[in-house]
Amino acid sequence: MAGSTPASRSAETALEAGPVLAASKRRVSPGQDAWRRFRRHRLALISLFILGAMVLAVTVGPLVWHVAINDIDFSAMLQDPTAAHPLGTDDLGQDILARLLYGGRISLAVGLAAMLVSVVVGVVVGSVSGMASGWLDTLLMWLTDLFLSLPQLPLLLLIIYLFRDSLKQLFGAQGGVFLMIVIVIGGLRWMPVARLVRAQFLSLREKEFVEAARALGASRLRLVALHILPNALGPVIVAATIEVASAIIAESTLSFLGLGFPPDIPTWGRVLFDAKDTLDVAPHWAVAAGSAIFITVLAINFIGDGLRDALDPRRVL
Amino acid sequence: MSATYVLRRTLIAIPSLLGISLILYAVLALAPGDPFGELATNPNVPASVRAALRAKFGLDDPVWSRYLHWLAAMVQGDWGFSFVSRMNVDTLIAQRIPVTLAVIGAAQVLAIAVAVPVGVLAALKPYSLFDQVANTLAFMGFSLPTFFTGLLLILLFSVHLGWLPTVFRADLQATGLAWWGEMIKQSIMPVLVLGLFQGASLVRYVRSSILDVVRLDYVTTARSKGIGSMRVVLRHIVRNGMIPVVTLVALQMPVVFGGAIVTEQIFRVPGIGSLLISSILANDTPVVMGVTFVFAVLVVFFNLIADLLYGWLDPRIAFS
Repeated sequence: MAGSTPASRSAETALEAGPVLAASKRRVSPGQDAWRRFRRHRLALISLFILGAMVLAVTVGPLVWHVAINDIDFSAMLQDPTAAHPLGTDDLGQDILARLLYGGRISLAVGLAAMLVSVVVGVVVGSVSGMASGWLDTLLMWLTDLFLSLPQLPLLLLIIYLFRDSLKQLFGAQGGVFLMIVIVIGGLRWMPVARLVRAQFLSLREKEFVEAARALGASRLRLVALHILPNALGPVIVAATIEVASAIIAESTLSFLGLGFPPDIPTWGRVLFDAKDTLDVAPHWAVAAGSAIFITVLAINFIGDGLRDALDPRRVL
Repeated sequence: MSATYVLRRTLIAIPSLLGISLILYAVLALAPGDPFGELATNPNVPASVRAALRAKFGLDDPVWSRYLHWLAAMVQGDWGFSFVSRMNVDTLIAQRIPVTLAVIGAAQVLAIAVAVPVGVLAALKPYSLFDQVANTLAFMGFSLPTFFTGLLLILLFSVHLGWLPTVFRADLQATGLAWWGEMIKQSIMPVLVLGLFQGASLVRYVRSSILDVVRLDYVTTARSKGIGSMRVVLRHIVRNGMIPVVTLVALQMPVVFGGAIVTEQIFRVPGIGSLLISSILANDTPVVMGVTFVFAVLVVFFNLIADLLYGWLDPRIAFS
């Protein structure tokens, strides 16, 4: 829009820096260019380090911090943080740090896997809808709007309530719940991606370079895979990043309501669920688990914002 | 806004309601488990009785006919019987729904009251210190899950300060003014949790929506005519900038209901959200289906309201 203000200052400076960059002789790849823009978003850069530390902690942490997650010690119940238990202990005397490190793996894995599900479904629906005009497009967009107006959390709870037991029998307690939560969360959150991809396709497919490729005899599939989709990826990556955060919140919500993972798998939401009844005597327990969720989600959201400046500078919001 | 526009929008809502009911029924029909499963293992019930029961309740009919039966029953208000609460599902839900709507409504009012001024001020001075602080706070606001904010507020206001009650009570002993006082006191935290989360995501929408209009030509014209800056902001910028926000508020409704379920569960608010959770834990299927259906109807209803509001605010929409 003419005369409008870019939503972010780093996006604005990136646009100003454009001509200078073109004048310099050094060739800059799109990736380097994006990284240069990303770095301007200070909070995003800090968040990248924080998230990196988090990921490192949950992957390597359990190898370094050897305390077992189910080491019950009734002489050390609900203790405040000490040297032996840096984050204190819970109502069974189990080490909270060890439980959070282990649970973090699952929380992050659920977030990533659910994001993959929603992005794959969203990209497929969006590209089919964007390429096929006519009744198929109308149908898919009606379906997208329909899913958008579904009450997500109630439906999520309903599906888990109905299918929990049979999946447990099929894939075991841990695997079954993981699979179901990932598919259901991802399956209810693909709509924004589908809309984004479709909007990108509608404008990209009329561009000259696509027309040129079509004139050269490229097949429809080749057009989509090599010419249109790569150019539509910027906003998709941004949406996918935010999606990880939403999926982590969704999983934590389910676990917090006592309907996610079973008690022996201490995901962050589950730890918070266990901690909420002793809030008055042992607030450190709930605060530790809640902060883990909060910091991770905040970091991912800031990274998403930085990526938006880096990959999608024109889009306001 | 013409009557035909209202009628057309209302008619469009019907297929989406049907679609949602279809999805809900599909989930229910695909779910494993037989309502007469217990009878199969009971040696005192002969197979012929079981078959007769199945035929009586239409369990052997093709799936589309079962769907139509179910849909007809739902439309007529025959939502089944809750074996846990010992009453009809529709009366149970009717008892619980006012609290939920009150909490959600109050939270929305709070969210809009916070988000609109903050978003407008941030957009009028983009990249100022205020904008940056507001933006960072907004990010923190919607990165804080409602269940964690709820616990933090309880920790602060109930455990440490002792100002507010933790548990929402439906059976307050007081009457008159004292009743209202107690009611407001126990509603503060649920409304705050839901409203601030909602407000945090709205701030960014308001800001970017105002940024879109703030430098348009008609605003410059208004300024050059000598209209006071306060009047330009309120009558020219905000009025037009708010139109897309109406839609976004409606699109956020599913998220709001999710937040309401969590909030009701934390503070034990006796609304349909906590009813849903307790019915799931008690295996009370008719109630679970009923509440989910009500949530779906509410979402469609609020989308419809937003569409109508949109047509009223921006008459161009109603004519296209």
